[in-house]
Amino acid sequence: MTDRPIKVLIAKPGLDGHDRGAKVLARGLRDEGFEVVYTGLRQTPEMVATAALQEDVDVVGLSILSGAHMTLVPRICALLTAEGLDDVMVVVGGIIPDDDAAELREAGVSGIFGPGTTIAEVAGYLRANARPRA
Amino acid sequence: MGASGVQTPDPAERARELTDAATTGDRRALARLLTAIENRSAVAEAALRRLYPMAGAAHLVGITGAPGAGKSTLVAALIAEARKAGRSVGVVAVDPSSPITGGALLGDRVRMQAYASDRDVFIRSMASRGHAGGLASTSAAAASVLDACGFDLVLLETVGTGQSEVEVAAAADTTVVLEAPEMGDEIQAIKAGLLEVADIVVVNKGDRPGAQRTASQLRAMLVAVARVGAADRAHHGPAGSTVAGSGAAGSVAAGSEVVDRAASPAPAPDPRPRPKQPEVLVTTATTGGGIPELLASLDRHRAAGRDSSVAAARLARAEAQVWAILEDRMRAELSGPERRAGTEAVLRAVADHELDPFAAVDRLLGSLRG
Repeated sequence: MTDRPIKVLIAKPGLDGHDRGAKVLARGLRDEGFEVVYTGLRQTPEMVATAALQEDVDVVGLSILSGAHMTLVPRICALLTAEGLDDVMVVVGGIIPDDDAAELREAGVSGIFGPGTTIAEVAGYLRANARPRA
Repeated sequence: MGASGVQTPDPAERARELTDAATTGDRRALARLLTAIENRSAVAEAALRRLYPMAGAAHLVGITGAPGAGKSTLVAALIAEARKAGRSVGVVAVDPSSPITGGALLGDRVRMQAYASDRDVFIRSMASRGHAGGLASTSAAAASVLDACGFDLVLLETVGTGQSEVEVAAAADTTVVLEAPEMGDEIQAIKAGLLEVADIVVVNKGDRPGAQRTASQLRAMLVAVARVGAADRAHHGPAGSTVAGSGAAGSVAAGSEVVDRAASPAPAPDPRPRPKQPEVLVTTATTGGGIPELLASLDRHRAAGRDSSVAAARLARAEAQVWAILEDRMRAELSGPERRAGTEAVLRAVADHELDPFAAVDRLLGSLRG
C-alpha cells in the first residue's frame, strides 16, 4: 500500500448536542477513503488533545455550533502544541462568524468550513493540505 | 515508500529513538511507533526487534463477539476496574476498513473517554486495512508494543466478524467471547466458531430479560460438550492407562456466575486438543455489574494457565507470528525485482491451466532455494 489513508479525528468539544453534522462528515470522509476516529459529543479540550496524541492523527476536525469556538479552539490548539503535536492540522466546522476567522487562524487553525460545505470540498482540502505520517 | 527521502533518518536509528522514548514513558513516541506498525514501515520491523525481549510481562486479553454485543462498553468497564486496582491498561481497538474505499470509521473511543488525563491508560484505534490476517499481523504487534512499554493489562478488541475471533485467540493469553442475551439458542453454542476459542464467555447486557437464561443455556451446553469430549477421550485412550486425577481445578467459586468445571478424572493423554471449558459470566457493562468478577476470572485464568493454557497460547502466538513473517518474506522475495518475472510467468501458466497450482508452488520454492 503506497497510499496510506489520512487519519482524521472528528470531535465535538463543548456542550451543544448537535452531532449530526459531525457524524455525517465522519461517515462521508470514511467513504472518501480517510481513516476517521470519531469521539462523540461533549469533549473537553484535554480529551481532544489526548485522543489526537494516542491516535497519532494527521488532522483534528472540530465541530462546534454552540458559539464557544473562541474559547475552545485556541485552548485545544495550545494543548496540541504543548503535547508536541504542532504538526497536526486543525480544521473547524460549524457556525463560525467570518469576523472570528482571522483570530482562529492566528491560533493555529488552517481550515474553516461553514454551513453548506460539501463533504467533497472537505475531502479535497484535506487531501491537498494534510499529509499522512510515515 | 522511500521516494520522499529528503531527510529521512535511517530506519534503525529512528526505531532506536522511538523505542527508547516509548519505553521510558513518552506517549507521543509510543503513538508514533504504533503508526509505524500500522504502516508496516521499515521502522516497524527494527522497533519490534528491539522491543520483543522487553515484552511478555503483560496480560494480553482478547475481547471478541458480535457487533453490538457491547465490546467497547465492556472494555471501558474493564479499564475502570483495572485502574481501581492500580493497574495500567493499554487498549488496541480494531474496526473494519471499507474494502471499497480503504476508509474506516473508528468509533470505539466514544465509550472510553473518561481517561483523558490518566497517563496509565492508552487507547489506540486501528483500522483493519483489509489484510486478510489483519488482526494477527498488525494489532498483535501493536499489543506487544504496549506490553513492552509496561502496560499491565493489554486489551485487544476485535472487529467481531468472520475469522477475526480465531486470530484474537492466537494473539491473546486469554480470550473473552461476548454474547448478548437471546442471540441464539443452544445450537449456536455447539457450532464451531466463537465459543470454540473462548476462555471466558460473557453474557453482557445482564439487565435485559433473558440474560440469565442465555447464560444457563450456554453453561449447560458447554458442560455437555466437555463431558462428551472427556468420555470420548477416555474411551479412545490407551488401555490400562493410569487415571491420575489432574487435581481438576474444580469449580472456582466466585458466586453463582461461575460454571462448575467438569471434575472428571483426567484420561490418558490424547493427541487431540482438549476442548476449552470456559467459565460463563453475566455482566452489565454499562453499570459495571459483574465486572469485578470478570477481572477476577481473567486473573484466575492467567494464574491457573501459566503453565498450560497460557503457555500454549504463547506458543501458538509465536508460531502464528513466525509463519506470518515467513509468508511475508517469501512473498516479498518472489515478487522482488530478481524473481518477479519468473513468478508472474508461473502464475500465468496456472491461470492458463498449463501448470497445476501444486507444481507451481514446487517451482517457486525451487526458485527460492536456487
